[in-house]
Amino acid sequence: MNEYRHSVVLDKEKCTGCTSCVRRCPTEAIRIVEGKAHIDPDRCIDCGECIRTCENNAKKAMCSKFEHYTHHKWKIALPAPTLFGQFNGLDDVDEVLQGLLDIGFDDVYEVSKAAELVTAYTRLYLKTEHIKKPVISSACPVIARLISLRFPYLKDNLLPILPPLEVAAILARERAKRKHPELTDEDIATFFISPCPAKVSYIRNGYGGYKSHVDVVVGLNDIYFLLLGAMKRGRSPSVTGESGMIGIGWASSGGEATALLNDSYLSADGIENCIKVLDSIENGNIPQLEFVELNACPGGCVGGVMTIENPFIAKTRLQTVRRFLPVSKNYLSPEEIAVPVDFLTDEKPDYKPITRLADSIGESMRMMAEIQTMKKKLPGIDCGACGSPTCRAFAEDAVRGLAGDRVCVVLAQRKKEATEE
Amino acid sequence: MSDKLNFHFDVDGENFVSAGQASVQVKKNLRELGLPPEVIRRVSIAMYEGEINMVIHANGGFADVDVYEDKIVITLDDKGPGIKDIALAMQEGYSTASDQVRSLGFGAGMGLPNMKRYTDDMQIDTRVGVGTKITMTIRL
Repeated sequence: MNEYRHSVVLDKEKCTGCTSCVRRCPTEAIRIVEGKAHIDPDRCIDCGECIRTCENNAKKAMCSKFEHYTHHKWKIALPAPTLFGQFNGLDDVDEVLQGLLDIGFDDVYEVSKAAELVTAYTRLYLKTEHIKKPVISSACPVIARLISLRFPYLKDNLLPILPPLEVAAILARERAKRKHPELTDEDIATFFISPCPAKVSYIRNGYGGYKSHVDVVVGLNDIYFLLLGAMKRGRSPSVTGESGMIGIGWASSGGEATALLNDSYLSADGIENCIKVLDSIENGNIPQLEFVELNACPGGCVGGVMTIENPFIAKTRLQTVRRFLPVSKNYLSPEEIAVPVDFLTDEKPDYKPITRLADSIGESMRMMAEIQTMKKKLPGIDCGACGSPTCRAFAEDAVRGLAGDRVCVVLAQRKKEATEE
Repeated sequence: MSDKLNFHFDVDGENFVSAGQASVQVKKNLRELGLPPEVIRRVSIAMYEGEINMVIHANGGFADVDVYEDKIVITLDDKGPGIKDIALAMQEGYSTASDQVRSLGFGAGMGLPNMKRYTDDMQIDTRVGVGTKITMTIRL
């Protein structure tokens, strides 16, 4: 992989240089340079915190527009289960599925259907001998990327099963070809309806050497209004949902873990909480667990920044939708005793010491000493006015030669007052 | 250039919630120095166990991490009750932690054994009623 293409972008016109995103970024990837937020692509993990926090809507997630794709003969929608939590008074997912067909998709393959298979395969995998426990879910791409970049020791704990959106893309294509043998590979396109920029980046860049099977990613917030219009027309559904409580439960935090029917699990959500949990697992001070589910967004995928509804309301709505569904609609046959190789992956991005100061330890030590000296001189109030998230980060920027013309405003003011006296 | 780099931490004795913060901070610093992940992990574990020990048994203390080009030395210094029987304290599963501490999930009796396991050398200098100083070395 040459260059990682992020999906979080800045609208320079709207950015006021206010520093909210700078201070909220969990990887300290943002600086204000010449009055505008600048994201360091090496540090960004596409978590979307900056989009969530920006009051000026200057941060956006880049997605494709569904309307632009007209040349494929067979377009398959892969809706994330979060989509079903966005509609007021929705009783039945079938209405949403019909809506997707009405706006121009030829088929729908629910990601929650694939999620139920992933759940079943995970149960099998947990019984495998000699695997590293706790097994950590690989469904949230932010977490998977964070582990590769910052917690390399936990790489082998990642569940080696493809995330539901990939399994959905593979199975949706297979089903289309089975039902319509006349279709060529080029005729078919799978469209993932994404709740977050992280999944957009995952699909665009792949993961390590793995290349995504999804063809196009559209934003949930983008398709929502199209869909709402179609659903208002109230056409009676010609399709039936193919997932049960488990699959739809994946949309909120804890859904994936509880579905495993194993009480030795932990589920956490919100990026800062997830980092704390990973630190604890790495230090070995978490009790023996079988499974750990981590979601970067608060509340799980329903908290994605490309959703419409407040995550807690969405979660409540999903409870209504799940009410009359069977526990699961997708089971493995008794003959299936191992995870199919097609759904396994051992691809992981390489560990990159992105925060390393210099190539040699000696030089890094020298720079670190310089940072410590400089930090002592700074006011330590972490005001962000210099464009760095903290005084410590500013000292680091200065020593790395990245501070440019940026200065400590507080120190400058003190100096000015001193000379005036 | 100075021959070593020092990271100094006050470990707050009253606070279980903040216990472990120093080890997280050290991890961040060592990453910036570009040390191998395995070394960072070992330092972090040894440091974490030491921190918890100081909170549980000694009402806090000081933790220092000194980085040299060829080694990392962790020094934990407290004014706690001291260790009566080091050989016993080094046994896995042995702990003098109170029931209240155990109810919080600590006091499994793995602190000192883990500190020894994850470092290349560990020296314990302790005097009952005076305090304990533990020096751990990880060679690079």
